[in-house]
Amino acid sequence: MTDKKQDLIDQKLQDLNSDGIDRRGFLKCMAWAGTGLVWTMSGGIPVSRAFAKTMDRHAHKGDFSFVQISDSHMGFNKPANPDVVATLQAAVDKINGLPNHPEFLLHTGDISHLSKQEQFDNVDQILKSASAKEVFFVPGEHDVLDDNGKSYLERYGKNAQGSGWYSFDKKGVHFIGLVNVMNLKAGGLGSLGGEQLEWMEKDVKHLKHSTPIVVFAHIPLWSVYPDWGWGTQDSAQALAYLKKFGSVTVLNGHIHQTMQKVEGNVTFHTAMSTAFPQPQPGKADSPGPMKVPAEQLRSLLGITDVNYVRGQHSLAVVDSTLG
Amino acid sequence: MTRKSVRIAALAMPVMIAVLLFAGSPSVTANDQPSATNAEVKIDNFSFGPETLTVPVGTTVTWTNRDDIPHTVVSTDGVFKSKVRDTDEKFSYTFSKAGTYPYYCSVHPKMTGKIVVH
Repeated sequence: MTDKKQDLIDQKLQDLNSDGIDRRGFLKCMAWAGTGLVWTMSGGIPVSRAFAKTMDRHAHKGDFSFVQISDSHMGFNKPANPDVVATLQAAVDKINGLPNHPEFLLHTGDISHLSKQEQFDNVDQILKSASAKEVFFVPGEHDVLDDNGKSYLERYGKNAQGSGWYSFDKKGVHFIGLVNVMNLKAGGLGSLGGEQLEWMEKDVKHLKHSTPIVVFAHIPLWSVYPDWGWGTQDSAQALAYLKKFGSVTVLNGHIHQTMQKVEGNVTFHTAMSTAFPQPQPGKADSPGPMKVPAEQLRSLLGITDVNYVRGQHSLAVVDSTLG
Repeated sequence: MTRKSVRIAALAMPVMIAVLLFAGSPSVTANDQPSATNAEVKIDNFSFGPETLTVPVGTTVTWTNRDDIPHTVVSTDGVFKSKVRDTDEKFSYTFSKAGTYPYYCSVHPKMTGKIVVH
């Protein structure tokens, strides 16, 4: 084969493998997220703009954004945050102040603190004042206490299967809500279970490889810090079903701080809580609520804004704090 | 000493010994000494303390949550299971059979403990 022909083949292979987004570059871009900078990929070249100016309106039909909130712990009232109602309301105000209106919200669990009806009610009430009327939920371990998730399912599981897993599509992006907080075994981590994994395999089987995928679940689907239970023991199986897709974004909560990792075609991201912060892995005796001076609290709580630009495949994920 | 006083002293001795023994009975022991019937486990900082507790058959073990986060006490062999316990709430179980009873917190499964009943 001539050099020229080989070069052409190599070029085509590179084009096929790359969707214009260099993963390492994307990770570097994500490090700017805390400062409110948004990086988008335009023709394969990263372009940064100040957050406020970036997405006044979505450039193309088919572009959209949504917001992830997490760990509202309605009912918590200890020193780390004596008023979780106020901070959840502040999160909603933040959502309503975004320059690009989110189409819907994702709540990645620990909606309530003690699985009580009035706590779920309270959150539903507060979220009613959000500009985005549609909210998708997955449960946290605090939402399935005592009754094996019965009250959670009655309220949020109408279109779900098993302990509350489901999927839906928005403008060509496929969303998968997973439950990894049920039937936790002694000494173990989060768990998806065989039935859910089987469902997931079938759910994605016939999707085109170019379909962007967003998976959301409470406990991280990657090993953040196993000593504190920050991981899911059978997530590798779930991720194996997503190997064929060019763009996979995994959104989790549970750890009450932002953390991200890029592995091949998968971008993992955890959100802040709207209730209270938790210590960084290993920086405290235990992963419990972290007390900070009152004036610092809101700088450690926040929301995650996710933007999808049609044709770009990877989603731009931007965290912003409440204060 | 007269014979009479010796006789009085001889009578008094056993009475005095009895009084002393009675005063030293378990019902006036200090609180942190587990008696044959009650023992405590404190839940704090995402751990059970003590992690392994050894008690005689018939003991009622009471877990008290001193953490600022709710926890549960669940036997891995299905022997006992508490409802969720928030700060300051308690759960008790009386162990009427000898054996080893591993348990954990079903909300935070990395938290494990063991009651050994002999």
